[in-house]
Amino acid sequence: MKKFKQAAAFIMAASMVVASLAGCGDKSAETSAETTAETAGESGSTSAAGGVFKIGGIGPTTGGAAVYGQAVKNAMELAAEEINAAGGINGAQVEIQFEDDEHDPEKAVNAYNSLKDWGMQMLVGTVTSGPCTAVVEKTFEDNMFHLTPSGSAVESIQHENAFRVCFSDPNQGVASAQYIGEHALASKVAVIYDSSDVYSSGIYEKFATEAKNQSFEIVAAEAFTADNKTDFSVQLQKAKDGGAELVFLPIYYTEASLILQQAKTMGFAPKFFGCDGLDGILAVEGFDTALAEGVMLLTPFAADAEDEMTKKFVGTFTEKYGDIPNQFAADAYDAMYTVKAAVEKAGLTPDMSVSDLCEGMKTAMTEVTVEGLTGTITWTADGEPSKDPKAVVITDGAYKAM
Amino acid sequence: MKMNKLKINKTAKSNFITYGIVIAAFIIVQILVSAGQVSSLMKGLLVPLCTYAILAVSLNLVVGILGELSLGHAGFMCVGAFSSAFFSKCMVEVIPVAGVRFFLALLVGAAVAALFGILIGIPVLRLKGDYLAIVTLAFGEIIKNLINAFFIGKDSNGFHFSMKDAMSLNMEADGQVIVNGPQGITGTPNDSTFFIGILLLLLTLFIVLNLIHSRDGRAIMSIRDNRIAAESVGINITKYKMMAFTISAALAGVAGVLYAHNLATLSAQPKNFGYNMSIMILVYVVLGGIGRIRGSMIAAVILTLLPEMLRFLSDYRMLIYAVVLIVMMLFNWSPKALEWRERYSPKRLLKKKQEAKEGE
Repeated sequence: MKKFKQAAAFIMAASMVVASLAGCGDKSAETSAETTAETAGESGSTSAAGGVFKIGGIGPTTGGAAVYGQAVKNAMELAAEEINAAGGINGAQVEIQFEDDEHDPEKAVNAYNSLKDWGMQMLVGTVTSGPCTAVVEKTFEDNMFHLTPSGSAVESIQHENAFRVCFSDPNQGVASAQYIGEHALASKVAVIYDSSDVYSSGIYEKFATEAKNQSFEIVAAEAFTADNKTDFSVQLQKAKDGGAELVFLPIYYTEASLILQQAKTMGFAPKFFGCDGLDGILAVEGFDTALAEGVMLLTPFAADAEDEMTKKFVGTFTEKYGDIPNQFAADAYDAMYTVKAAVEKAGLTPDMSVSDLCEGMKTAMTEVTVEGLTGTITWTADGEPSKDPKAVVITDGAYKAM
Repeated sequence: MKMNKLKINKTAKSNFITYGIVIAAFIIVQILVSAGQVSSLMKGLLVPLCTYAILAVSLNLVVGILGELSLGHAGFMCVGAFSSAFFSKCMVEVIPVAGVRFFLALLVGAAVAALFGILIGIPVLRLKGDYLAIVTLAFGEIIKNLINAFFIGKDSNGFHFSMKDAMSLNMEADGQVIVNGPQGITGTPNDSTFFIGILLLLLTLFIVLNLIHSRDGRAIMSIRDNRIAAESVGINITKYKMMAFTISAALAGVAGVLYAHNLATLSAQPKNFGYNMSIMILVYVVLGGIGRIRGSMIAAVILTLLPEMLRFLSDYRMLIYAVVLIVMMLFNWSPKALEWRERYSPKRLLKKKQEAKEGE
């Protein structure tokens, strides 16, 4: 019996090894075949129609942050289709490929490597901050142009090859504090933030630092974490006890909708002020939009804005994907057009190497001005965008500019 | 006497096969890399593969050899990762040579993880039953949340420490936040290479295999098989349990060091250091065979590669991954599948033929 067991174990191990080796062999053979096919196809099409720009995207399309990744993915596809239909970039078509990172730095690096195997020339990603910080090290090593639509942490674009479309966390925190101070919205402010989230705690820190220079004081700064984000009565009670006239919510809309509900139940009715993460609160299922009446938020994008560009984008996006696009989608859409503008400015062609493209893009990025969905954007060499934050207030279930 | 000799040869042979597989894998990969046949995806996966293989082997020491259930293995990995990343980040200017710095970081990571192993082990390993599983599960979660609450910075006055937020560190202008609460440590030098990973995996295998086949290893296994009998022949149960558990924790710390020096960001998220990860490591062990060192190593490699290999299925890959897990589990452990495999295993068929030839 023991012998049998040992024999069986040996065979199992052997078959596993063989299977894994076979798997590896197959895979590498496949990829090499693919790459040769691709290079052949590329060189063929270069001579015919000006080649193809291969743009990769990375973001969570599964898991808890899937909403954001999916929005970016859809918007990128939409933008690429539009660009291709309008004749491409410098006559070259755009091809995009989007990889899932499950909002995990390790998986994001894997996704990046797999995009490199695909032949990516420029990266539009990654969607979330943590993974972006891991990937930017790799793009810097390879000198690949890196434009993140929504990676807002400072470190996410710490190298010179990286740029972003959204505001950085510190910018949002400072802008919010200044806005509240300058418009004298309140003298006593409470903050409820998610300490386990880079985005939320990043904004809070800068908000608190800037608050010292402003005319209001922070009476309560209450944190919650990803593990307990359903009951906010303690945080709200502390804000109420502190006599807060305004509650600052640098968090995402899911939690904010609960906070609004619970505040109403408690009979606590301060002003609420949020950042771009609150965008989407009106679309929460089962949420009474009357609760959000009077909520102010700083956002670069409002889906029901009246300008031509937003209307067109929201129209096609909703028709195609059945969702109203959120701010992430708008950032991604702008990112694609930014790439287009910069490539055209620098006069780049798809047959250039990744490194040459990056060098060209780095200079071009500081020279272009993009009229996007999220405002008129220009960039500095450190990769930070400069655009005006827009404050909107929710009245009658819709955004209204302030 | 003859029988005894044969047996020793058999274990030695089995060990050499294990080492051989690792070395062969290393050589094959090196040849493929130099021939330019390895995709960037595979290149990026090489170090994580070593990390998970080390974790699986080290957990097998507790689950398979000691016979206790540990659900906090990711916690030890987390401790090793953070202590070593902290060390490397502080020392990056003092020790510019990557090799030396990494070696020291390795020692720090392993030592701190071992220390936590001892601390957890002292009260818990004296108990009987499933207490270890419960306490290690709690330990993993506590460590993760504790690290998320730490803020440590460094400036010209030395270290600053806070558990509130990065602003309350009150640092000078030249200060640098090293551990930034939930955002963890960013900018750890990328010192891990595949070569180092393979060396560490070989070292892990060497330690574990030699322990198993030593006098201490036999004592540990006797505790697993029959605690009362082991006690009655005078084996110090607590000591041997402690030994296996601490070694396992230290090796998990080594895996953590490898993990931390492979990525630029290190943050304690439920995904990488939560109980999900601990259970993932347990899955490697169970799937590869409890108590089978080589099996758990191979299972770790396959299960890490699988979701990446399935990328072409895009959204369905996690579904397929789950199905593959279930199928593999059935194939490995269901009695019917075992029976079928035994009946049709080529080795047995060969043996049968031989037996028939010998004519019994």
